[in-house]
Amino acid sequence: MSDQPKKKLDLSRRDMPKQAPEVRRQNFDEVPLGYPEATAIAEAVRCLQCKKPLCVPLCPVEIDIPGFIKGIAENDFAGGVRVLKDKNLLPAVCGRVCPQEEQCEKGCILHKKGAPVAIGRLERFLADWEATQGEPEIPAMPAKTGKKVAVVGGGPAGLTVAGDLIKLGHDVTIFEALHEMGGVLIYGIPEFRLPKAIVKREVDYLQKLGVEIKTDFVVGKTRTVESLLKEYDAIFVGSGAGLPWFMQIPGENLNGVYSANEYLTRMNLMKGYLFPQFDTPIKNHQRVAVIGGGNVAMDCARTALRLGAEEVQIIYRRSRQEMPAREEEIENAEEEGVIFNYLTLPLRYIGDENGWVKQIECLKMELGEPDASGRRRPVPIENSNYIIPMDAVVCAIGNSPNPLIPETTPGLEVGKWGNIKADEQTGKTSLDRVWAGGDVVSGAATVILAMGAGRIAARSIHEYLTSS
Amino acid sequence: MFNVIESNMIVPNLHLLTLEAPEIVPEIQPGQFVILRAEQDGERIPLSISDWDLEAGTLSVIFMNVGVTTGKLAALKPGMQIPTVVGPLGIKTEIENFGTVLCVGGCYGIGSIFPIARALKELGNRVISVIEARSNYLFYWEDKLKQVSDQLLYITRDGTKGYKGHVRRLPQIIQSVGSKVDRVIVNGCSLLVKLSSDVTRPLEIKTIVSLAPIMIDGTGMCGVCRVSLGETTRFACVHGPDFDGHEVNWEELAQRRKMYFNEESVPLQTSRCEEHAEKILAEHLNLE
Ligand SMILES: Cc1cc2nc3c(=O)[nH]c(=O)nc-3n(C[C@H](O)[C@H](O)[C@H](O)COP(=O)(O)OP(=O)(O)OC[C@H]3O[C@@H](n4cnc5c(N)ncnc54)[C@H](O)[C@@H]3O)c2cc1C
Ligand SMILES: Cc1cc2nc3c(=O)[nH]c(=O)nc-3n(C[C@H](O)[C@H](O)[C@H](O)COP(=O)(O)OP(=O)(O)OC[C@H]3O[C@@H](n4cnc5c(N)ncnc54)[C@H](O)[C@@H]3O)c2cc1C
Ligand code: SF4
Ligand code: SF4
Ligand code: FES
Repeated sequence: MSDQPKKKLDLSRRDMPKQAPEVRRQNFDEVPLGYPEATAIAEAVRCLQCKKPLCVPLCPVEIDIPGFIKGIAENDFAGGVRVLKDKNLLPAVCGRVCPQEEQCEKGCILHKKGAPVAIGRLERFLADWEATQGEPEIPAMPAKTGKKVAVVGGGPAGLTVAGDLIKLGHDVTIFEALHEMGGVLIYGIPEFRLPKAIVKREVDYLQKLGVEIKTDFVVGKTRTVESLLKEYDAIFVGSGAGLPWFMQIPGENLNGVYSANEYLTRMNLMKGYLFPQFDTPIKNHQRVAVIGGGNVAMDCARTALRLGAEEVQIIYRRSRQEMPAREEEIENAEEEGVIFNYLTLPLRYIGDENGWVKQIECLKMELGEPDASGRRRPVPIENSNYIIPMDAVVCAIGNSPNPLIPETTPGLEVGKWGNIKADEQTGKTSLDRVWAGGDVVSGAATVILAMGAGRIAARSIHEYLTSS
Repeated sequence: MFNVIESNMIVPNLHLLTLEAPEIVPEIQPGQFVILRAEQDGERIPLSISDWDLEAGTLSVIFMNVGVTTGKLAALKPGMQIPTVVGPLGIKTEIENFGTVLCVGGCYGIGSIFPIARALKELGNRVISVIEARSNYLFYWEDKLKQVSDQLLYITRDGTKGYKGHVRRLPQIIQSVGSKVDRVIVNGCSLLVKLSSDVTRPLEIKTIVSLAPIMIDGTGMCGVCRVSLGETTRFACVHGPDFDGHEVNWEELAQRRKMYFNEESVPLQTSRCEEHAEKILAEHLNLE
């Protein structure tokens, strides 16, 4: 077999240094500190440079993983960056927030031995190294095609489409509803997990390539898709899944009950943690409950700790095994002192005389028979109700696509959850010259999947623009 | 960046701000609002659109100087710029030929009711505009309103003009109109819109109010603007800001608006001296 390792296997996956829990609880700085150069090289050398790498097909954008790792192993960082950026516009982001354990690293041949190569950390290392090398190289740009593309939404999906199409010579304009670009990367994922400067750098790079950016522009309100179609040859809709769900239980509109989006937006986009230096206020609650068990819930809980809460509890209706958050984030939250209540369901929020939440009534659950999906379904334990005191609740149970664009775009087909219907192979929607991708199509998913969808759509848009 | 074309205090503490926003203006419908930021690090606040000029590509807002952001907006001068004006947001006020419509405005609502009255008039309604203020000297845009109304009536708390009292006088006004009133539309502060709805309920006249809960994004993303109407919760920025005043849970709205009451006073109490000092110091160091 060609994949047969020739040298002795090094099975010690290198750890990445992190800020200590007691320290990081007090600040908003990034938690993992990145590999020092020597560690990165040592980790890169562990890669077997497989001829038929099993890691690559599990990366949604099919990065040449052994290729960029080789760059690190051979101390040719610039070369590694080139390989990386060939497929991934946002390596500094993906290296940090990709669920690598479920993707590339799961495919790694060393995974079977319990020590997959730390692909994500190496990706991050290279991207961060590049950032210290001054201005990024601007690739040679092809001649302009004269075709114009409008991209709706400045999240990972939209950024990918814009990057791909500008490099193919088309004119690209991104329309973003908020005053800053980046989508969830800016307003959702906290600074301590993804420093905003990284996102800003990537957006600046796109602008240097010639992408035009219009913030404060709500498509469907400022102008409709229909109206944009008169001016642009093609439109890509990457407007994300920004509509927050609530549980529809009593007391949800009490003061102190937030959607995760509100809580995180106040913090990240509006820099609430710097209030009053920045104008948008945020409350410093003492006892905070976060409902849900995904990455979003972990982000909210850890944000609450950093804002000075004495006690932060996660309330999740299934058990730890079923929690959708990344293992690493759960561990980080545990280390920082977040309390986890599994198999618990909030029933109602109880307010004080001024309309502020002061208690939550919860119900205990147990795991019953497996359901159709094979997961054991939580069932309520009768008379297990109990009340806990709490002065804030953050509801992080999910989001669906914002209906603004479908509602204002006649003929654009949507599915049951309001997601725009798009062809998986091309990203084409039911409307001529309109493509869509990312969370608005898939429902809340991941950064790299949104980028993958963007790449597919960009390819199809390019085909269309060059054939007509 | 958006250019400030005009900025002045039209009556004590109420400011008129005209901004250049050529992309927004062609889309504006009566009853919509914009969200703006006064400066780069500033918060986002919603303000109703009171008028616009298609040719010049400008829109006007009228606001009361009540806090940090409105304070910064009030200090703007023509020729200056602000970083964010986004809109037009919200669903337009329902405008049809209803018959006789009472357009009620108080405070900034005297301005924002104007385009609504104008559109109703254009569709052939009999428009009775009623404006309310503490005293005579707080009225503005009376000429503009007269031009689009069949009648312009006044209520003042101190009786210096028109009816004496508050919008609780509306039933009397409705009686005096002579014909049946088919709809009441109210713009202004929360108390005004609530009291108006209270007094029209027994008369069973459909009453549409523009609500002003706290907002951040204005696109339905954060949910802070939620209001209860009977059993249902709606997001005012995308499902409103107009709602049926007889269905609104006023107690909840009032309580939610007070959410940041304590925090909001903090910036007003600090003059940010340290911050400015640091900036100046940093500049000096750079020069050296
Ligand atoms: C708190 C949080 C933590 C997460 N953590 C992770 C993680 O660790 N790893 C991971 O892989 N994924 C994570 N995700 C999910 C990931 O962020 C999303 O899947 C991804 O951002 C989707 O990208 P997108 O481009 O489709 O949409 P978004 O990032 O949502 O971007 C959409 C953009 O479109 C704009 N927009 C919406 N409507 C309009 C309109 N009408 N006109 C103009 N602009 C509009 C929005 O303002 C937004 O900027 C997390 C999500 C959240 C909320
Ligand atoms: C759809 C809509 C239209 C509005 N139209 C007008 C208008 O035409 N003219 C006008 O004077 N006012 C209007 N308002 C109210 C206006 O938004 C607030 O007065 C303004 O946000 C106060 O900001 P501040 O920083 O100056 O004061 P702050 O000191 O921050 O707040 C003072 C009070 O204003 C309210 N408020 C604060 N922040 C917000 C926010 N982000 N969104 C909504 N309310 C807030 C709170 O009740 C608060 O107690 C409107 C509100 C909404 C929702
Ligand atoms: S982009 Fe994500 S999945 Fe692909 S190699 Fe990088 S970390 Fe792995
Ligand atoms: S990362 Fe793993 S699977 Fe991929 S080439 Fe290296 S050893 Fe092989
Ligand atoms: S202001 Fe955020 S949802 Fe309405």
